[in-house]
Amino acid sequence: MALTNETIQEKLTEKFGEQLTEWEVPYGMLTFRAPAEMNLKVLQHLYDAMGFQFMTDLTGVHFPDRKGEELSVVYHLHNLVENIRLRMKIYVPVEKPDVYTATKLFSTANWMERETYDFFGFNFVGHPNLIRILNVDEMDYFPMRKEYQMEDPTRVDKDDEMFGR
Amino acid sequence: MSDQLTHTSQHHIKLSEESLQKQTTTLNLGPTHPATHGVFQNIMEIDGERVLETVPTIGYIHRAFEKIAERRPYYQVTTLTDRLNYCSAPINNMGWHMTMEKLLGIKTPKRVDYMRVTMMELSRIADHLVCNSVVAVDTGALTGFTYVFQYREKIYEIFEEVCGSRLTTNMGRVGGFERNFTDVLFTKLDDFIATFPKMMKEFEGLMNRNRIFMDRCIGAGPISAERALNYGFTGPNLRATGVDYDVRVASPYSSYEDFEFTIPVGTKGDVYDRYMVRNDEIWQSFSIVKQALAKIRKIDAEFPDQKNVFYAPEADKFHLPVKEDVYTKMEALIYHFKMVMGEIDAPVGEVYHSVEGGNGEVGYYLISDGGRTPYRLHFRRPCFIYYQAYPEMVEGGLLSDAVIALSSLNVIAGELDA
Repeated sequence: MALTNETIQEKLTEKFGEQLTEWEVPYGMLTFRAPAEMNLKVLQHLYDAMGFQFMTDLTGVHFPDRKGEELSVVYHLHNLVENIRLRMKIYVPVEKPDVYTATKLFSTANWMERETYDFFGFNFVGHPNLIRILNVDEMDYFPMRKEYQMEDPTRVDKDDEMFGR
Repeated sequence: MSDQLTHTSQHHIKLSEESLQKQTTTLNLGPTHPATHGVFQNIMEIDGERVLETVPTIGYIHRAFEKIAERRPYYQVTTLTDRLNYCSAPINNMGWHMTMEKLLGIKTPKRVDYMRVTMMELSRIADHLVCNSVVAVDTGALTGFTYVFQYREKIYEIFEEVCGSRLTTNMGRVGGFERNFTDVLFTKLDDFIATFPKMMKEFEGLMNRNRIFMDRCIGAGPISAERALNYGFTGPNLRATGVDYDVRVASPYSSYEDFEFTIPVGTKGDVYDRYMVRNDEIWQSFSIVKQALAKIRKIDAEFPDQKNVFYAPEADKFHLPVKEDVYTKMEALIYHFKMVMGEIDAPVGEVYHSVEGGNGEVGYYLISDGGRTPYRLHFRRPCFIYYQAYPEMVEGGLLSDAVIALSSLNVIAGELDA
């Protein structure tokens, strides 16, 4: 039986019940939210039982306004046989951004997680080599977090107020 | 936060016990080295000519594109995308435009799709020409390089005619192109189509069945299909292992379903397979360019009223008005000003779109919160993803194989570091 967004949702709900939430299909891609501590279980199930064996993308997003779940990891998985994609999100608090690493399942997650650590400061538990990858080693903050503005906020000689910036 | 940071001492190079006892040699290849064609550093542990271990270091030209994109109006992001893979910039540009069109729900006319396909396939040819000729250079054959660069130059002249620049093209707009294809462009395309096969056959004659070249490339830097998939390989490097995954076929965009072409695959995923897959893809792309041009001409002949269609009319909020209108009509001037100042809001949405770039699946993951800039934009950069397999591919092989494996992977530093 060919997989469709509906059948994937049915199968996952059958397996994990109410733990997977926020089902959406924005622009045709099935999206759901998993509890942070369950990310590996869901990934493993998707890998073994449902053929999602290709990790297209792994990235982070920072939502400073969501208290207690400021940081989000977004996984894009692809079932190459059925040619269908899905997106899974998990949320963790910024004070304790612990996420289980997916490197055991997908070798490609190694550098992607390093990059996500580098920019957002996730602590990928069990990652073999969690060090900065693109930024300089001496950097002491995580630049993609929203509190770090592009331009120096202390500058007074520039006034962009008229342009809505 | 400091407890979340790793200690910098972890990053310092640790020499292995064998190296300290002078049993093996530690070699620093790069960051800039003639054999690496870009800013790549590899700290290699070698025993004679054998590579025992290699540790790649990247990030030397990191330019914080994802951070910059969060401050830029949507149309200004285009200039960031062409600095990713600068060997095939138009593909990245158009991938970004298509992402925006997906977000806005714009459907482009067929003529625009075919124009895009022409440009994207030409850039794929340019990308593969560079990669293949550089593999040849690294095996010691400099002549082929001089042949193909003449034609890469012709392709860049075509780009110049379309958008005014050559390497970092900033080609097209959301909804289509900034202007229509000119007559000069059609002449240049015809000239390219007429003369390219002769040169390409000559280049193939030099390299493809060359005994020295084959002996040098076959079996160097191999990777299995299973490992390649696990490492997230896409594009020619994945197809060289025998997996026929191509975004153009798997999830067609820009009317690729209208074209006849085949997906060349290899078997062993070594340097020679990668070379041959790219070589065949050049011919496939060449055939697609011819088909696309024929389709554009057919539309122009059958529907003369469509001759001036070069962008989707519903994209008018993101497509700069024609210059004559800007100078003569007030509304056009207002729109022009609003767009250039970047005061056009995009709808709220979350979209992933991918195109088949020169090196694999170039993906754009865009979160829009309804403002004038992206809330978050992530580029899926194929080079970054497959370069992490490099140690596994070269360890146990010869040092000189490691060099041609690097060039045959076609790792582009701009895409690697973003």
